[in-house]
Amino acid sequence: MRIVIAEDSVLLRDGLTRMLTDGGFEVVAAVPDAAQLLKAVAEHRPELAVIDVRMPPTHTDEGIKAALVIRRQFPDVALLVLSQYVEESYATDLLSEASSSVGYLLKDRVAHVRDFLDALRRVAAGGTALDPEVVAQLLVRRRDDPLDRLTPREQQVLKLMAEGRSNTGIMETLKVSPSAVEKYVTNIFLKLDLPPTNTDHRRVLAVLKYLGS
Amino acid sequence: MAGRKPLYRDLMTWRAIRNALAGLLAGLAGGVLLGALILIWGVALFTLATGTDDWEHVAVYVGIVLLIMALTPWLVHGLSAMQRSRLRVTLGAEIPAPVRPLGRTWHQLGYHLLAVPAGLAGGLLAVLFPVAPWLARWFTETDEGLARALLGPGRRESLAQRVETLARSRADVVAAADAERRRIERDLHDGAQQRLVSLAMNLGMARERFEAEPEPVRQALAAAHDEAVLALTELREFIRGLHPAVLNDRGLDAALSGLAARAPLPVRLRVDVPEPAAPGVEAVAYFIVSEAIANVVKHAQATRAEVTVTRSGDLLRITVTDDGRGGATPAAGDGTGLRGLAQRAAAVDGTLSIDSPPGGPTIITAELPCES
Repeated sequence: MRIVIAEDSVLLRDGLTRMLTDGGFEVVAAVPDAAQLLKAVAEHRPELAVIDVRMPPTHTDEGIKAALVIRRQFPDVALLVLSQYVEESYATDLLSEASSSVGYLLKDRVAHVRDFLDALRRVAAGGTALDPEVVAQLLVRRRDDPLDRLTPREQQVLKLMAEGRSNTGIMETLKVSPSAVEKYVTNIFLKLDLPPTNTDHRRVLAVLKYLGS
Repeated sequence: MAGRKPLYRDLMTWRAIRNALAGLLAGLAGGVLLGALILIWGVALFTLATGTDDWEHVAVYVGIVLLIMALTPWLVHGLSAMQRSRLRVTLGAEIPAPVRPLGRTWHQLGYHLLAVPAGLAGGLLAVLFPVAPWLARWFTETDEGLARALLGPGRRESLAQRVETLARSRADVVAAADAERRRIERDLHDGAQQRLVSLAMNLGMARERFEAEPEPVRQALAAAHDEAVLALTELREFIRGLHPAVLNDRGLDAALSGLAARAPLPVRLRVDVPEPAAPGVEAVAYFIVSEAIANVVKHAQATRAEVTVTRSGDLLRITVTDDGRGGATPAAGDGTGLRGLAQRAAAVDGTLSIDSPPGGPTIITAELPCES
C-alpha cells in the first residue's frame, strides 16, 4: 500500500517512515508541511495519507484543513489524522466532510505498533478509526440528551461501536455473549431512532451523524 | 549623628553652599522679574481704577494688564524649570514637573516669591560660611523640601499617576505570564513531546520485533515501553494544563467542550460568548473552569456539574454549579484550589464568589471584565 506522510518533526517523520516500511507499507513521500503534502498527494496519488494536525506555518490545525482539501480533490485517498491532543472541534470538522476512509487518532497511539497498523489498514479499507478519547468527547452533549435514555452498558457499547469495533470486538472487550451484544445494539438503534444496518462502517456513520447533528 | 563626617569635610556641605549661592542668584532674578511685573500690573490697574480720561492711555493700560496676566504663567513655569535644573545641578535632586502642562501655577508663583527672602537669607549665610555651615545646610534642606512641595506634582496627582502605572504594569505582568506559558507549551510540544513519542514508538517496535527473545529481555522491553507510554500521557496532561493549544486555535468554546468531555463526571456546558474576549481573559476563564471542575471532582462528591459562560457587555460571567455536598470555602484546608481561583480572577480585575451551603449545591461565579 502506498502512503504519504506529513509531519513536521524530523524525528517522528523518520520514525513513522521506518515503522510503516517495516510493517510492509510503501512510503512514497514524507513531507514537513501542508503545502508539500498537497503537492505530494497530487503527484503520487497514494492510497493513504498520514497527517499531523499541527504543522507550519501557524502550528494550529493545518493538518485538518489539508485533509479536507485532499478529501474534496482526491476522494479516493484515505486519511489518517494524528494529533497531539484530541479536540472535539477538530474531529467534528473532519468528520463533517469525511465520514468514510478516515481516522483521527492521538499521536501517542503510534507507540502501540500493532494496534496502530490495524487502524491504518481499517481506514485504508474504507473504514474508520476514531480515538477512544475522540469518541468520549463526541458523546458529551450540550443540549437535552437522548443519549441519557441509554443504560450505562448501552452507552459503553455505543462508544465501542463509534470507535469502529465489530460485534465480535465488542463481545471480546465486554466479555459478554454474542446475543447480548446484538440486543444492546438493537436497543441503541431503537432508542436513537436509527434503522439497524449490517456493516460496521454504516453503524459508525449512523452514530457519528447522530452525534454531529 | 553617629558616624557622620565633620561638616567641613563633608562634600554635602560644599554642595549646600554652592546651592545656596545659586539659589540667591536664581531667587533674586526670579523675584525681581516677577516683582517688577506685578508692580507694573498693579500700577496699571490702579491707574485704570482711579480714572483717566484719555482713551489712548486706557487702551495702553488695559493692554499691559492683559499682557502681564497672559504671560505670567509662562514666565512662572520658565522660572520653575530653571529652579528645578538648579536643584538638579547643584544637589542632584530630581523634582518632576506637574503632569498637567501649566498645572499648579499658584504654588509655583508662591515658591518664586518665597525664593527672594529665602535666597537672600541662604546666600548671606553661605557667605558667612566659616561661621555657619550648619545654617547653610538647614537652608538647603528647607529649600529642597519647599521646592518639592510647591514645584512638584500634588499628592493626589502623584497617587493617581502611581495607580495608573501600577495597573499598567500588572496588566503587563499578567500578559507576560500568559505569553510565557504559551512559549513553554510550544517548546515542550516541539521538543520533549516529539522525542518521547519517538522513543515510545521505537520501544513499541522493538517489543514487536523481539518477541522471540528470552523472557527477561522481553520483560525489560515491555516495562520500558509501558513506562514511556505512561510518561507520554503524563507529559500530554501537563502541557495541556499549562496552556491548551486549542484555546489559541478555536477559542474558549472549543477548549471548554474538550475540558467538559475529559472530566470524569458528566458536565453540561453552555457557552454564549458572541464576541471573543482578550486572549489573556479567555485563558483565565479556561483555567477557572478547569480548576473548578478539578475541585468538584476532588471534594464535592457530586454526580454532575454544569458550566455556563456568558458575556454581557464588557463582562464575562462564568458559573460552575455542582450537586455535591457543599461546604466549600476558600479558607478551608482543602481550599487551596478555590483560593487559586480567586487569585486568577483578581489578576485581571475580576471577582469570584462561592455559594456553598453545607449539603450543597455549590455555585461558583466569576466575573471578568473584558474589553475586546
